[in-house]
Amino acid sequence: MKRIKISNILSFIVLLFSSVVFLVPIVTVVVNSFKDKFSISQEPFVLPNSNTFVGIENYISGINDTDFLSAFFWSLFITVCSVAVIIIFTAMTAWYITRFKTRFNKTLYYLFVFSMIVPFQMVMFTMSKMANVLGLDNPIGLIFIYLGFGAGLSVFIFSGFVKSIPKSLEEASIIDGCNVFETFWRVVFPILKPTAITVAILNTMWVWNDYLLPYLVIGSDYKTIPIAVQYLKGGYGSVDMGAMMAMLVLAIVPVVIFYLSCQKYIIKGVAAGAVKG
Amino acid sequence: MKYASKRWFIIFVVPTFAAFAIAFLIPFLSGLYLSFCEFRTVSDAKFVGLKNYLSAFSDNGDFLNALWFTVKFSFAAVIVINVIAFLLAVLLTRGIRGTNLFRTVFFMPNLIGGIVLGYIWQLIINGVLYNYGYSITSSATFGYWGLVILSSWQMIGYMMIIYIAGIQNIPTAILEAARVDGASPFRTLRSIVIPSVMPSITICLFLTITNSFKLFDQNLALTAGAPSKQTQMLALDIYNTFYGRVGYEGVGQAKAVVFFVLVAIVALLQLYLTRRREVEN
Repeated sequence: MKRIKISNILSFIVLLFSSVVFLVPIVTVVVNSFKDKFSISQEPFVLPNSNTFVGIENYISGINDTDFLSAFFWSLFITVCSVAVIIIFTAMTAWYITRFKTRFNKTLYYLFVFSMIVPFQMVMFTMSKMANVLGLDNPIGLIFIYLGFGAGLSVFIFSGFVKSIPKSLEEASIIDGCNVFETFWRVVFPILKPTAITVAILNTMWVWNDYLLPYLVIGSDYKTIPIAVQYLKGGYGSVDMGAMMAMLVLAIVPVVIFYLSCQKYIIKGVAAGAVKG
Repeated sequence: MKYASKRWFIIFVVPTFAAFAIAFLIPFLSGLYLSFCEFRTVSDAKFVGLKNYLSAFSDNGDFLNALWFTVKFSFAAVIVINVIAFLLAVLLTRGIRGTNLFRTVFFMPNLIGGIVLGYIWQLIINGVLYNYGYSITSSATFGYWGLVILSSWQMIGYMMIIYIAGIQNIPTAILEAARVDGASPFRTLRSIVIPSVMPSITICLFLTITNSFKLFDQNLALTAGAPSKQTQMLALDIYNTFYGRVGYEGVGQAKAVVFFVLVAIVALLQLYLTRRREVEN
């Protein structure tokens, strides 16, 4: 008994030490966001003192330089709409092509799976040109493009789950006079809900943080948060470290709030998504 | 089932298929074709055979350097991430007090995007190096380890969650039996835990290898390839070939095709090798 206790205490110490190491970078950025921009890069690990403390000055200049509020709005708008569109359409597609195994549907399924392995650089140039030609280089068009890119993983995860749903439920609903559309939304989708949460979590994490795709498609007219952060670096010769720190904090805060409020689903979603993937 | 019809096909499949075709299928196929062409805007494409592929490898050493740097980086990152993630998962499945809090902390960096991560670590690493009169762009070694540390910080939590799920799936009866038979904790780990979590190892290796190979945002934000492109990985090199110099779009596309083939081969080979071990065990 005693040996187990000692080893548990040791494990606890190791875990405690590791968590501190994991938290240091975030805490450092938060602390530095309140410091005078000239004292940041030289001594990032020193707490602000009466000389270097600048209050929320960095936040004001950061928000003004990058138009953060509009970036936040576009990030939120694009993420929420893309994820909703992805869930609605890929769930329907996954169910349909899993249930009706025509040659076209089977091929389509393999194409979706195939697309998951292709790196973005392979299609980035031709895709952004195409978005341009078709007039998809605006936030609404971007949502459509996200549906196309998200389809691979999402259809794959949904399909894996659809296979485990007994067909008899759907057949009963058809006999009772529902059409295919009603059957899907009233009978099948409620069963798919846990999977839909997984798909939503995985896609939210991807779309919210995505940089290159929105940058290439809408970057010249609309900025999302990652584009705004990168813009701060690229726009001038020297970086305003104060504004940069404030922007990093503002970029992290929504993520942490999202994480802490849906932690249970996120952890479950990640584990479930990985097992399917 | 007989209730399939054209009308339902249009509602259920066509929207997703249209988006998929426009965002992925057509760009993929035209990208494949354009890698054999010289072009600036796609519409002025002229077939030039394998010229782009030859240029990709021979014009300057950038592509091969990036390839070598990517391989070196992926090798270190995959080992560090998986070893630490697995150890943390073992510690977090022992019912120690505070397990949930620790898990929350370890996973958190994973939700932060690559660009933001890059600048967070630039601050930390430059802060440490400043004391010695260096910065992260002084030497490729700093950038290399900086990227390894950054991606470990980001990915460990994710892999840890997958390993935890794997460990929790081991039937307690087997672990009990091992304990009754007098197996040491190390022996139990080696003979029972690791073989039982082989499926998790397969997934984690797949995810870490492909993610390391495809790393872009973190690379761009942390070093942007400095000093003199020495810390430039494949994805960033391709990006710079496309958008950094006019007239090289075809070369960029050829590099992208090579990149795709590489990622596909590495991913499939790894899946094949570890899946085989799963069956044996």
